[in-house]
Amino acid sequence: MAKLLSSLTLSRPDFATIAAWIRPESKVLDLGCGDGTLLQYLQDTLGVHGYGVEIDDANILACLNNGVNVVQSDLESGLSGFESDSFDYVILSQTLQAMRHTEKIIQEMLRAGKEGIVTFPNFGHWKNRLQVSLGHMPVSQTLPYEWFDTPNVHLCTLSDFEQFCHQHGVHILERRVMSGNRRITLAPNFFGMLAFYRFTRR
Amino acid sequence: MHDSDSIGIVAPLRIYFDTPLSLESGAVLDNYELVYETYGELNATRSNAVLICHALSGNHHVAGVYADNPKNVGWWNNMIGPGKPIDTHKFFVIGVNHIGGCHGSTGPANINKKTGKHYGADFPMVTTVDWAETYVRLADKLGIDQFAAVVGGSLGGMSAMQLALYSPEKVRHAVIIAAAAKLTAQNIAFNDVARQAIITDPDFHGGDYYSHGTLPRRGLRLARMLGHITYLSNDSMAEKFGRELRTGSLSFNFDVEFQIESYLRYQGDKFAEQFDANTYLLMTKALDYFDPARDYDDDLSAAFRCAKANFLVLSFSSDWRFSPERSRAIVKALLDNELNVSYAEILSRHGHDSFLMKDEHYHQLVRAYMNKIDI
Repeated sequence: MAKLLSSLTLSRPDFATIAAWIRPESKVLDLGCGDGTLLQYLQDTLGVHGYGVEIDDANILACLNNGVNVVQSDLESGLSGFESDSFDYVILSQTLQAMRHTEKIIQEMLRAGKEGIVTFPNFGHWKNRLQVSLGHMPVSQTLPYEWFDTPNVHLCTLSDFEQFCHQHGVHILERRVMSGNRRITLAPNFFGMLAFYRFTRR
Repeated sequence: MHDSDSIGIVAPLRIYFDTPLSLESGAVLDNYELVYETYGELNATRSNAVLICHALSGNHHVAGVYADNPKNVGWWNNMIGPGKPIDTHKFFVIGVNHIGGCHGSTGPANINKKTGKHYGADFPMVTTVDWAETYVRLADKLGIDQFAAVVGGSLGGMSAMQLALYSPEKVRHAVIIAAAAKLTAQNIAFNDVARQAIITDPDFHGGDYYSHGTLPRRGLRLARMLGHITYLSNDSMAEKFGRELRTGSLSFNFDVEFQIESYLRYQGDKFAEQFDANTYLLMTKALDYFDPARDYDDDLSAAFRCAKANFLVLSFSSDWRFSPERSRAIVKALLDNELNVSYAEILSRHGHDSFLMKDEHYHQLVRAYMNKIDI
């Protein structure tokens, strides 16, 4: 198991970054949890009590096979099945950019949870800027889709997200910016590929 | 039957209980008998028992066939057997007929030892709470401290839920399929029309049709026809029957013209010969009465506060009798109590009956969940 976890950590550095922000034994809701590997990782490393929310049938099955709790539901319709303030953390990992109702989901995260954690691909990364400046929609490691075949509808940069938080009563507690395994501190909106934010209600 | 995964030939067992059973209604059954079947082997630590709770017209014959009647295949044979989603290589599976039933457990068609006559309408009302007590007693007799899982669909799902509330320490996992935490007014209305059809049949004789040598066939047939409509979806009926005519042309009379009429009448007739009308009345009342939140000011979350089990809740998109919304209410109560729960809404066109059908995704979900259960 330890070996499996370390390889998982290496292949998904974002998991370790998220885990570093989560208290052991806390209660976690993972929105758009996919096959449940993040929750499984948090359960195994931190002993969290977790639930995932997923819409896709194959992912629901994968979650059951991975032994994590999962509730099939459409995030776009909100989190009405979850009581207010019932989670320590509500995570939205690499899903924000594919959500239609951005404001609603952030508000719902902060209703159901004490803290929210989001991760998203930074559209301001220099490679994306370069591709746009050369006249094309960017296709990259964190944005692997062609413009005509992408689930992403609300891409943003670090600056955009921070402005959004400021305008919507969201207080950012912590930010981390990564490029692969490397933490980016210099000009993060230019060099960062993946953004992590931990936030709460203002 | 060419089903290599079937458990094969099975035989029902009987067990007699002489400890009086105090029922929720206040009545007492002085003694009773349960008929049940088991598949697979109970392991040395007795930790692999799975109880299957049946729905309105179901029974203890859940899987396999009978030696003297190889066509009588258990009603959930596609779900239970060696290598099947509920795998009898791993689990010791128990199917039991509810008391009040008509397949061998003590019910209205049995002779009341006190009077020497059929119980008939004198058979007391039974509820899911009463059944829960009978499951606990059966487990005790079989030396099972805790069921690895309790599984059921529809009324069976409600019965499984009830056991998880009635005796929390007896249930490690509960699989609740196509169920609800209580019936809606519409559901109770359907049940009452069915009951009225039976009770107003001149052959019902106040429930004592046994001594009149007759059966309330017309009433039971109508009840079943009505029920059957509500177990299917509009789409599945349209797909299966459409407006197809039996003879190809209109005959302008009240005989069977459309294929759906033919199908429903056939199903009704068959059922009316096989099922006891008094049991039908009792089972529909057990459905109506089921409401664990009743004693908690309609707060379902409060009703589940005592539960300890892990839950898998499943619903079907086209099930309008026990809609996904009803299952989500159960899930909410489980989440509010921080219980382990997974929920899936399965895309299906077959309405409420979907829970009995072989659907790959549905069966994969049950298989995945059951595989993860530690025994």
